[in-house]
Amino acid sequence: MSANGAGGAADGAGGLAAAISGRGAVGHSGGMPGWEAVIGLEVHCELSTETKLFCGCRNRFGDEPNTSICPVCLGLPGSLPVLNSRAVELAMRIGAALHCEVRPSVFHRKNYFYPDMPKDYQISQYDEPINVGGYLELPDGASVGIVRAHLEEDTGKTTHVGEGGRIAEAEYSLVDYNRAGVPLVEIVSEPDIRSSAQARMYVGELRAVLIATGASDGRMEEGSLRVDANISVRRSGDQELGTRCEVKNLNSLRSLARAVDFEIERQRHVLESGGIVAQETRHWNEATSKTTSLRSKEEAFDYRYFQEPDLVPVIPSEQWQSDVIAGMGPMPAERRIRLARALGAGDGEALDPALYDQVVTAVELGLDVLVLDAIQLGADPKTALSRSVNEIAANIASVSRLSAVSFERLVTLERSGKLSATQAKAVLSEMLARGGDPVQIAQEKGFEALESDQLADAVKDVIDSRPEEWKRFTAGDEKVVQFLVGQVMKATRGKADGKAVVAELERLLAISQAPRAEVQQS
Amino acid sequence: MPAGGAGAGNGDREDREDPAMSPTVTDGKLSEVASGDLPFAGEHASRQNATGGPFQTATEIAAGVSKGEFSAREVIEEHLARIAARDGELHAFNEVMSRDALDAADRVDRLVASGEDPGPLAGVPVALKDNLCTRGVPTTCSSRILAGWRPPYDATVVRRVREAGGVIIGKTNMDEFAMGSSTETSAFGPTLNPLDNNRVPGGSSGGSAAAVAAGFASLALGSDTGGSIRQPAAMCGVVGMKPTYGMVSRYGLIAFASSFDQVGPFAQRARDAAMLFEAIAGHDEADSTSLDRPAPSVSSLLGAGVSKLRVGVVSELVDAASADVASRVREAANLLATAGALVDEVSIPMCTYSLSAYYLLAPAEASSNLARYDGVRYGLRVEAPTAEKMTTATRSAGFGDEVKRRIMLGSYALSAGYYDAYYARAQRVRTLILDAFDTAYKRFDVLLAPTSPTTAFEIGSKIDDPLAMYLSDVCTIPSNLAGHPAMSVPFGVGDDGMPVGVQVLAPALAEPVMFQVAVVLEDGAPTAKSRGATASVVPAHAGQGEGTPV
Ligand SMILES: [Zn+2]
Repeated sequence: MSANGAGGAADGAGGLAAAISGRGAVGHSGGMPGWEAVIGLEVHCELSTETKLFCGCRNRFGDEPNTSICPVCLGLPGSLPVLNSRAVELAMRIGAALHCEVRPSVFHRKNYFYPDMPKDYQISQYDEPINVGGYLELPDGASVGIVRAHLEEDTGKTTHVGEGGRIAEAEYSLVDYNRAGVPLVEIVSEPDIRSSAQARMYVGELRAVLIATGASDGRMEEGSLRVDANISVRRSGDQELGTRCEVKNLNSLRSLARAVDFEIERQRHVLESGGIVAQETRHWNEATSKTTSLRSKEEAFDYRYFQEPDLVPVIPSEQWQSDVIAGMGPMPAERRIRLARALGAGDGEALDPALYDQVVTAVELGLDVLVLDAIQLGADPKTALSRSVNEIAANIASVSRLSAVSFERLVTLERSGKLSATQAKAVLSEMLARGGDPVQIAQEKGFEALESDQLADAVKDVIDSRPEEWKRFTAGDEKVVQFLVGQVMKATRGKADGKAVVAELERLLAISQAPRAEVQQS
Repeated sequence: MPAGGAGAGNGDREDREDPAMSPTVTDGKLSEVASGDLPFAGEHASRQNATGGPFQTATEIAAGVSKGEFSAREVIEEHLARIAARDGELHAFNEVMSRDALDAADRVDRLVASGEDPGPLAGVPVALKDNLCTRGVPTTCSSRILAGWRPPYDATVVRRVREAGGVIIGKTNMDEFAMGSSTETSAFGPTLNPLDNNRVPGGSSGGSAAAVAAGFASLALGSDTGGSIRQPAAMCGVVGMKPTYGMVSRYGLIAFASSFDQVGPFAQRARDAAMLFEAIAGHDEADSTSLDRPAPSVSSLLGAGVSKLRVGVVSELVDAASADVASRVREAANLLATAGALVDEVSIPMCTYSLSAYYLLAPAEASSNLARYDGVRYGLRVEAPTAEKMTTATRSAGFGDEVKRRIMLGSYALSAGYYDAYYARAQRVRTLILDAFDTAYKRFDVLLAPTSPTTAFEIGSKIDDPLAMYLSDVCTIPSNLAGHPAMSVPFGVGDDGMPVGVQVLAPALAEPVMFQVAVVLEDGAPTAKSRGATASVVPAHAGQGEGTPV
């Protein structure tokens, strides 16, 4: 993430984060002198409800095709939708997390024909959405405005078999209706984004917010988050917006960034050669790394919206709203501030940028609570943060095996010098693999006697009794290592682990030569 | 079946089936229409009802079956026999569910035998409009596009009828997707009016109205979007009722216009309609628009009379009717006044905009509701090289002209650039009509109006003139726009000898008072001397019954 990714986005909310990050929202300079890109994103987020939006079918990714369906989500004649209140709660949480106003809302029908749309209309919210106005604060201190975040149902999933993967060229198409009726919240941003990097940062941050609210699992690879980008370019300093194109089919952060870059370049090229950008919907083709025209403005669908007569307005009571929001944890922006403060930032004092990046990563990965708890128990903040964004992050799926108590013990063992960095990493990896207490694991690994200090005592005794050999060892004579190990083995009657003795010797060596230790640790 | 049975119409062409028709239809006749393996019960006495009519009413059947005086099987066999004898000609049914009905009847009989409560509709044959989903039984909306489709579930009202002990006897013909006022837009051919086979039974629930009028079923369910229960009830001389919007679940009712559609009963008499209404009404969590409150009891007020009730006769709607129909309405008003009601004229000018608003709003909803018939998942599919062409070909072949007309009208009304001028403006009219009714109901407990501006018209006379056909619903549509209950009660005949229906309109949730008035009208109607006999009792010749003093 680059500092200049922060654009001319709305300011104000970003102030504190900006101070803590030590960066602040700076104007975009980008790689396109004389031009500015204006980007707004529409993010579709599948909600993590047990059941679908309007029926009792299971909402789960990866089921056998067409097994999680019923008359309602298949749109069979005579069936009627009934709103899932859990979806409304999650939508309200998203609204609260994005600082939106939660309003009474109604559903509309968005009419268009497509084989994966069971009713050939989508039940969505139109001019009276549940959440309006708001903003999302990015890690770099910028703030992107939120126009609305509304509820709607997902469509089925079509697989076109044959040329090109699009319906017009397909030999035949297969439709899976398991996804039909899955609840979505569509989050529409203001056109506050100025670069592909910032677009990426926005989606990354939004994803973290959605996970933090419990609304989504955030799995882009499973389609839990899908992004459409509205992109236009204009001459730097122009106030009027250029003609925009909507780019669809962005299924990963990487696709998003590449498509945005491609589209900016394409439009700039059109304008620079005196052409006019046509307002149209474009399709991102991953294979060719190009966007191609899907339909022009003239071919755009007339969705013939009208209020859904099968549903009644949603008017959440104050009580319901506050209950729902009360159950919510802090959002990433707040968590970053909290963690940064635990690391010493605050009162106008900024963190070192590299350290702030670690803070951002820890919050992104949801490791901030573990780190903060460990710090609370007495762990050294920087060591805890470093271990979390490196070793734990590398094995994030196993993080549940780690308690704050055991993590703190590990960090303190390392920090107090009872474990070398290498040993600490080995013990941590074992803790992640099968759980357990760091002291015990260290003993099993032969990093023994750390609690009883037996091994350390034995090594110390040997060193004290053999100053000559120790001196040779510190001077780099590797041949003497075996001798020292042998002495320790003898003294402990073979209980000591050879590797552990070597590690202890190296640890003592490191302590005696502090500058070298830093090098080893990195 | 006693003399004057099912066959009587207003002409003599049906005399051959009239008194001579055996009360126990022969096996041969039955097997032609009903399933061939129907076990026939042999000789059993036809049961004449208390008022001398030919068909037992639902109330009488339920009472007799519950007390073990006769079996549900006997009842169903008798009705199946009537269907077998005459439905080949009338075409009230798209599907006769003989075997299912007999099985259901046997279940009722077993309950009775074991001393359990068989339910308020014990053994009563109930016909269903073919837009109500029945598990495993074809449900077509009388459209080619749904031909052969078998729903995997029952509509809530179907389930409730069964739970009440009612026996579903078949699915009735209708205007395609309930779009029509004569049952002529059915893809499977029209239903004939049992009282005059040259005339329509009304629509769109014409099959249900005809089935009750012909004695094929004691009760029937229809759906009423713009008058589709009340208008055919009036034209066939039976009672038809549209409940308050949200009073009866729409789950499993195939939608025409969702914010208007309501399921309601047909019966020979108001008290029978009340019984079926009570069985189907009440909250259903599968329908978000269903009212979350207990259904009102209407039966308890049936005998309460109309003393001091304030009755308004809606002048605009009376003016919209032909002279003979208007006369019947005024006579009905006189009857109520005589019975102690406080009757006055009321003008509701907004009513005159009802038709225009309705024919924008209902088609708009329909254009969306009918989009799902795209050939992808169920029903008709006409193969073509691409998905889009397949859908176009399927819809072109599967929908009839009237359905296409309304889909186009509705799509247009919702289109960008036209929405405000049509759909949005019509919505405002709808609100104004509701306001106008609210004002009227400050002065009146119920309103009185014609049900249909004319008696049943000749088959083919309006089918090529959509506007003339639409005008047939001019008196019924206002209640649909307002979401209010309304019902049609037979009240004498027109100059042509065909039955006239008088409509009782009431404010939301006021079904009890509406029924209270309906019973008084029914008891005092010009045909009261043979009330309950439905088809046979309607005077067969023009002029008879006209001007009957009240
Ligand atoms: Zn479902």
